[in-house]
Amino acid sequence: MRAQAGMKLLTHNLLSSHVRGVGPRGFPLRIQATEIRVSPVDFNPDFVTRMIPKMEWTALVEAAESLGHLSELPRQLKEGYEKDEDFLRKVHHVLLEVEVVEGTLQCPESGRLFPISRGIPNMLLSDDEATS
Amino acid sequence: MAAPSASMDNNNQSHPKLSKTEKKFLRKQIKARHTLLRHEGIESVSHVTESLVVANGGLGNGVSRTQLLRVLERCGSVEALLMLPNKPYSFVRYRTKEESKKAYVTLNGKEMVDDLGQNITLYLNFVEKVHWEDLRPPVLPPGLMIVEEIVSPEDEKMLLESIDWTDNSFGQNAQKSLKHRKVKHYGYEFRYDNNNVDKDKPLPGGLPDICNSLLEKCLKGGHIKYIPDQLTINQYEPGQGIPPHIDTHSAFENEIISLSLGAEIVMDFKHPDGCTVSVMLPQRSLLVMTGESRYLWTHGITPRKFDVIQASEGQKSGIITSDAGNLTLNKRGVRTSFTFRKVRRTPCDCSYPLVCDSQSCHQNEAFPSFPENDKEALELEREYVHRVYEEIAEHFSSTRHTPWPQIGAFLKALPKGSIVADIGCGNGKYLGLNKEIYMIGCDRSQNLVEICGERQFEAFVCDALAVPLRSETCDACISIAVIHHFATAERRLATLQELARLLRPGGKALIYVWAMEQEYNKQKSKYLRGSRDSEEKEEHLNSGVLASGLFGEQNPGTSSHNSVCSISATNDLKDGGCNANGVINSKLPVHTNRTSFHSQDVLVPWHLKRDPMRDKHAEPLKLTPDLGVPHDPSPVFHRYYHVFCEGELETACRMLNNISIQHSYYDQGNWCVIFKKL
Repeated sequence: MRAQAGMKLLTHNLLSSHVRGVGPRGFPLRIQATEIRVSPVDFNPDFVTRMIPKMEWTALVEAAESLGHLSELPRQLKEGYEKDEDFLRKVHHVLLEVEVVEGTLQCPESGRLFPISRGIPNMLLSDDEATS
Repeated sequence: MAAPSASMDNNNQSHPKLSKTEKKFLRKQIKARHTLLRHEGIESVSHVTESLVVANGGLGNGVSRTQLLRVLERCGSVEALLMLPNKPYSFVRYRTKEESKKAYVTLNGKEMVDDLGQNITLYLNFVEKVHWEDLRPPVLPPGLMIVEEIVSPEDEKMLLESIDWTDNSFGQNAQKSLKHRKVKHYGYEFRYDNNNVDKDKPLPGGLPDICNSLLEKCLKGGHIKYIPDQLTINQYEPGQGIPPHIDTHSAFENEIISLSLGAEIVMDFKHPDGCTVSVMLPQRSLLVMTGESRYLWTHGITPRKFDVIQASEGQKSGIITSDAGNLTLNKRGVRTSFTFRKVRRTPCDCSYPLVCDSQSCHQNEAFPSFPENDKEALELEREYVHRVYEEIAEHFSSTRHTPWPQIGAFLKALPKGSIVADIGCGNGKYLGLNKEIYMIGCDRSQNLVEICGERQFEAFVCDALAVPLRSETCDACISIAVIHHFATAERRLATLQELARLLRPGGKALIYVWAMEQEYNKQKSKYLRGSRDSEEKEEHLNSGVLASGLFGEQNPGTSSHNSVCSISATNDLKDGGCNANGVINSKLPVHTNRTSFHSQDVLVPWHLKRDPMRDKHAEPLKLTPDLGVPHDPSPVFHRYYHVFCEGELETACRMLNNISIQHSYYDQGNWCVIFKKL
């Protein structure tokens, strides 16, 4: 059995639909997962703390919730989270350990579906879908 | 041959008593006799024999066996009726000469209605003896198998009802009404323009679940070894067909299976030597094509409303023999086929290179011209960049393991917690370099991204012109050996714009492109210095100390490799320099590996080496017949490059107004820029 990737929710938080004309409304992509995997990753509080401000928090919470891995993440980021190890561990889990192996990503604006197969999102557009 | 004597009963030369109609029949009868002699070598005789040739009474013009027998038996007892496939005549033998004479007299000029509802007129002539070509005992093409009743009538009904011909959610191309049949694709779309699949564009949804139990059954039954990932559903109305073809070798693996639903049909298989075998595919049966039958024989369905089939009951599937005493016509129904294939991820290495596009097309390919517009540029990139990387991915990846020091240094110097995108990440050799940053990779080649996936890197498939990442999310981007694959200055600029879009203000991008100047400051690049001795080179490859350039690192190959390519490796100069100055109709020159460039736009050969392990695995699948054609293990692929002149990359970057160039340098035959988003 070959090892395979999984799309982490951190990656999902960066991905955005790029169908022509969609612009910022292409974010966040809706996840429909048929296979989810949790892979343990070493906890690095400093790394997580640095990542949090770069994330679109609401989108992260919604993505985790849609996969059934909300893991008690609060809807709103609270002040002083960098010192809350329990919270950082939860974020660590959601960002790095929950992975989508099989499923689709859907553009919220155009409805275009992008397949995720063996952990790899295929975001290729046809010529007329792409930005000219 | 006897002198023409029109009719036994009208032996009088002047035919004074013949009516106008009788004269017409007589003329036609003589004409039929001449035609049979001229085209078929069938000699008729002027004396009475037991046997007659019945012109127009053949399977080839829509007359069925029972129909003709009914007419013939009115004149006496028929001992034998021989009907050959596709022939517009037949032979009948009566028990006695009296009976055959009666048939001759009464049936000449006789009109009958054929199976298609058309009026035809029979013309009969005596023949000495009935003869037809003895065909060799028919055998199925090697590797072909038919499994009868693979599904139950209930499953058949369910499968047929599951097809929604009106559902068009997969886009316009996945389903079409072709001229001769209705088609629907799952998993991947089969493109009829290039007879291949877009391997990096899987259709959402994969194969319908309803097929699972059938596929499992096939797997368990040993009919297939791998679960297919592509399905084509064809629907043929009576009269429709599919031209003889071999499924593109490079597109699909060895095993191709096809389920026949709704009705039976006859499929014709043809060997390149002309041998044709017609095979009955019964309703609910599974056709399995492997080996020679899949790679060498063409298969097709003749567009017609009737098939010539075995007249006797008992034998359902299999060969339609040439036993002309046992053939008849069979009205076609609506047949729906489910054809399952597995998309091939590596070039085909079958034993039939003469008909293998992986092994032969590159020998005779016509090289493309310099692109004159965006569309041509896209086509050039598609054919000479995207497709090639897909084909060579495995070998390419095996030559890419050592990170370049200055690129590694750039990544290692980034602040902890940086988000970094590698646009055009190849096999992901930079993705795991710095554990303190979050790196994601993307590439146009699905096969290369899959290698990243196997190495547990975060990666996705996309084009560098449209990267599906939010704007201003990246603390850094790298673009290593990517932009030189874009075929116009506008497209190259657009990739730089896209990099700038991804960067947050203050973020940095590192860009490497291949340089026109492979000798700089009086020093030759590693690419030029790379050993030309292939054996020595091999050692470098195996030991992992690859002394060669970043991108062109390639075995120059032995001379035997070069001879594979029918175009001799022309020096770039030969075709004249062609560049962006609008040189019309100039073919792109083919670069000679490990030499200086003479043109900025070139095709760079890649001598494909296959993974010996993979070949070992593939061996048991190979079937014995070898055409005696040497199977060359090293096909040559050509990748398009635009190599950059000194200052060109910098100039392009300066066209962007939201960045500032931080550093611009030359590194082993490459031009490099680091810019910062403002």
